[in-house]
Amino acid sequence: MSVLNSNVPEGPLKDKWTNLKNHIDLVNPANKRNIDVIVIGTGLAGGSASATLAELGYNVKAFCYQDSPRRAHSIAAQGGINAAKNYQGDGDSIYRLFYDTVKGGDYRSREANVYRLAEVSANIIDQCVAQGVPFARDYGGQLDNRSFGGVLVSRTFYAKGQTGQQLLLGAYSAMNRQISRGKIQMHNRHEMLDVVLVNGKARGIIARNLETGEIERHSAHAVVIASGGYGNVYYLSTNAMGSNVTASWKIHKKGAFFANPCYTQIHPTCIPRSGDYQSKLTLMSESLRNDGRIWVPKSKEDAIAIREGRKKPTELSEDERDYYLERRYPAFGNLVPRDVASRAAKERCDAGYGVNATGEAVYLDFKAAIERYGKEQCQIHGHKNPSEKEIIAEGEKVIEAKYGNLFQMYEKIVDENPYKTPMMIYPATHYTMGGVWVDYNLMTTIEGCYCIGEANFSDHGANRLGASALMQGLADGYFVLPYTIGKYLSNEIRTGEISTDSPEFEKAEQEVKEKINFFVNNKGSHSVDHYHKQLGKIMWDKCGMSRNAADLKLAIAEIKALREDFWKNVLVPGGADTTNPELEKAGRVADFLELGELFAKDALNREESCGGHFREESVVQDGEQKGEALRNDEEFAYVSAWEYTGEPSDAILHKEELEFNDIELKQRSYK
Amino acid sequence: MSGFLSSSIGRKISMSLSAIFLMVFLLQHFVINFTSVFSEDLFNSISHFMGNNILIQFVMQPILILGVIFHFVMGFVLEIKNRNSRAVGYAEYDGSANSSWMSRNMIISGAAILAFIGLHFYDFWIPEITTKYIEGDTSGMINGNFRYYEELVHKFQPLWRVVLYCLSFILLSLHLLHGFASAFQSLGVPSMRNKIIKTIGNIYAIGIPLGFIFIALYHFAIH
Amino acid sequence: MNLTLKIWRQKSSKDKGGFVEYKIADISEHMSFLEMMDVLNEELITKGEEPVVFDHDCREGICGSCSMFINGEAHGPDRGVTTCQLHMRKFKDGDKITIEPFRAKAFPVIKDLMVDRSSFDRIQQAGGFISVNTSGNTTDANAILIPKEDADLAMDAATCIGCGACVATCKNSSAMLFVGAKVSQYALLPQGKVEGKERVKNMVAQMDLEGFGNCTNTGACEVECPKGISLDNIARMNRNYVGSIFGS
Repeated sequence: MSVLNSNVPEGPLKDKWTNLKNHIDLVNPANKRNIDVIVIGTGLAGGSASATLAELGYNVKAFCYQDSPRRAHSIAAQGGINAAKNYQGDGDSIYRLFYDTVKGGDYRSREANVYRLAEVSANIIDQCVAQGVPFARDYGGQLDNRSFGGVLVSRTFYAKGQTGQQLLLGAYSAMNRQISRGKIQMHNRHEMLDVVLVNGKARGIIARNLETGEIERHSAHAVVIASGGYGNVYYLSTNAMGSNVTASWKIHKKGAFFANPCYTQIHPTCIPRSGDYQSKLTLMSESLRNDGRIWVPKSKEDAIAIREGRKKPTELSEDERDYYLERRYPAFGNLVPRDVASRAAKERCDAGYGVNATGEAVYLDFKAAIERYGKEQCQIHGHKNPSEKEIIAEGEKVIEAKYGNLFQMYEKIVDENPYKTPMMIYPATHYTMGGVWVDYNLMTTIEGCYCIGEANFSDHGANRLGASALMQGLADGYFVLPYTIGKYLSNEIRTGEISTDSPEFEKAEQEVKEKINFFVNNKGSHSVDHYHKQLGKIMWDKCGMSRNAADLKLAIAEIKALREDFWKNVLVPGGADTTNPELEKAGRVADFLELGELFAKDALNREESCGGHFREESVVQDGEQKGEALRNDEEFAYVSAWEYTGEPSDAILHKEELEFNDIELKQRSYK
Repeated sequence: MSGFLSSSIGRKISMSLSAIFLMVFLLQHFVINFTSVFSEDLFNSISHFMGNNILIQFVMQPILILGVIFHFVMGFVLEIKNRNSRAVGYAEYDGSANSSWMSRNMIISGAAILAFIGLHFYDFWIPEITTKYIEGDTSGMINGNFRYYEELVHKFQPLWRVVLYCLSFILLSLHLLHGFASAFQSLGVPSMRNKIIKTIGNIYAIGIPLGFIFIALYHFAIH
Repeated sequence: MNLTLKIWRQKSSKDKGGFVEYKIADISEHMSFLEMMDVLNEELITKGEEPVVFDHDCREGICGSCSMFINGEAHGPDRGVTTCQLHMRKFKDGDKITIEPFRAKAFPVIKDLMVDRSSFDRIQQAGGFISVNTSGNTTDANAILIPKEDADLAMDAATCIGCGACVATCKNSSAMLFVGAKVSQYALLPQGKVEGKERVKNMVAQMDLEGFGNCTNTGACEVECPKGISLDNIARMNRNYVGSIFGS
């Protein structure tokens, strides 16, 4: 029997959450005033949780490394948020959203969590509208929906291409209300550097004031980690520059199991890297694939000529182009799921058909769509025998209405006009499905320590569907954690204020200070970025879109060696008692260097292909699906939860077996 | 209501209300002056009416003076506060990249207009008040004729004064080119990018000062 | 390309600060402005000097962290972009680029090019919200019908990223575009109207308290705003403010 207890309530799937809510212990309002909760991170999950906990009456101490809660990286989410509202009457339901999410996650998520997510999804939309989130509306004044990520219903709510921003500002406004009431103590420009355990319970944190460099102790009856994903382990990703794994990793080192670190989503439609100086990758909405056709040249000579600038893509005839997604997946074509599209692009580029100077780009071409829409428009307007030019002008108008802002963004970055020449895209790390293991109540394996949002592992299995990240963050923060945390806190009403003078705080603070002193005093020779870039390259080359045992073993050894070098030769200029971004980065990269190894270890252990995790050894051997990902439900239908024991390589694997009672497991097929 | 005039928006609104009042005054002043171009008699009779009507002299005139003083004092108060809200200035500041010269230099055009009003008071208002209320001559006559037209023409004989008047009106024009729409914007009418308000504003801001310049040049030239 | 950078260096809020010139070579025109700064910082680190501190995070123009005043303009010479989206192709070989922090009394410098914009947070805390608790049983989202035009205008106002370029670029250091945008978002939505009067009064009072200057409608903020927030939002705020004081 595993040490892991997921605490999923008994009863039929659809009643579990209701039953739990009906029977959960509540904390008397008078007692809530005496209970403190620390929340790390102020994105959708942390922001919504802080606001809601404060509304309930708890004293919340919220922390973010940015200068304002409003800048958390949830703000960059573009597409939308799913909810089973069925406003369009197209057959959507809680069950269908649940089903799509489990299937999309390639049957590696916890059924009960996902069902609960689908259940509360509709409440999120109500709540956000009440807060003043300006979702898109139709001419009748009702909320508009779109279909997203290849699902069969229109259940995605959106606010232009800035849904994440608007939802975050909604949560931020709810936080502001509580900050002004004094119920949230907001600590901006603060980074959590360790969790403090007293008698096995999470009782506080050690944080660094990033402005003054001061090391601070903060105590609470419970600690909530909502610090987001760890995609920056790849150095280049669509995450913010500051996004990091530190909070999650620190609790992992103190006893929280880390689950499925190898589940990473590589998003297919990002703007390609243009050179070695590149610091970050920019995502463009997946919706572009609705109208764009993806191709590379059929011949390597053409690819080389294009890379060297001797040929232009527009000079290639239809016969000279390889629309490889349409060729390989005739049924879904350019609309195959994210992981499939990403791997296919990598396969072509690895084979030498990449089209930009770095050889890592494929074309996303709107010419056919422009012509199709153009002809349609001319027809509608009764324009007989339109010229080629007129058709294109009309078609471009349609494309502009649909994707104008994305095209503009592309042009700003790449300096090419995507109406006239095909866009270049390449996959980039975007989201991490893995994270801190939590039970049904979102509690980690440390008592009193919770983990919500992208930082936890729970809802997306091995692959996340479009427009589900925002849904999960807000579901956890607004509607799940505020209930489930009560179960734990109801036993804390007699605890009284937690002192920060205990030996446990003393020790934790000492350790943090020692590490900081090491960094600022180590007279090394390489900058932090030097190591981060190297780590990123190992991760991308060997633990990226396609993985095999030999490479993963190499990666483990290389990361370990890199880590040792880092601790010898890292150079951190500046002092500890001042604003010092290099010092901040050093601490974060130190944690990535450990996580990276566990990541590779987890990927090596999982000898199957599922969702974002593709093992070259686990593919369909023959038939129509030959070469496609092959899941192994017999042996791997479990969550890998890793226990820290001192070195990432010595981490102990605990398995949470996944049971699917309400869903039949199927292999995905897009042929 | 309390604190309205100490709030930023309250002050903005009071600036714009006084500005609109002054623009109305300027319009009527122009219309009256313009009559001097085509009818000496009409000009004289209106001038006499304006100079002797109790309502205008003892109600409107003090309000106007207060309005002028308020607009200037508040303008300077705001300018000082605005300057103080940036403790360390920029080494390089490219204002022309994003705004008009007029909008950034209302205090300069305003100060020039203030200086002009000083001259104008010295030229017309002080002699007028002296004649009427100190010497007690409210007849408006000199040598059996109305004196107003003569005085006007007389003032526009020296070239330096005509030049000074013209320059002042150019600065007034610059002030109004921004001020007209700005006044409405402050009152809550989205004006700064509104074509209709902008066009009316431009006609007013160029037309009225140009008219005043025309009057000055006309009298300089034909007499 | 080769460039000369004239950068404001200031050790702390108490330090006086001053300009330091740096030469930088082999900059690609495809780099973003911040990537050029990364190259400079990497050079400084290797030389054992302290790198230039500046705020930045998402590097895709939405978080509002980055805040540089480049050659006399907030976010530099391009339009509709934040500093992180500005690319080096906007500059020429041999250019001298002056880089300063966003300056305003209400945005004190923390270090080098990093400023403290918490005054914006405090303005929001004064009323930039709708008082609704999280319950899961607010009315159904479609129970409130909102005309598309109002929803779109509210969205346009809500796209403000709170970067502070409006304040930095305004000759008066006025925050009215920022406050106007937030007031407008709620004023345009039925949910926000209930607390509308108190909101505009409180937010304007806090804005004044923070020491921002007054608006003289130069329109510079709208031009430099990376999200193109309209001046109409300021007019709407003025209108609402008058209504809150004199309305019944």
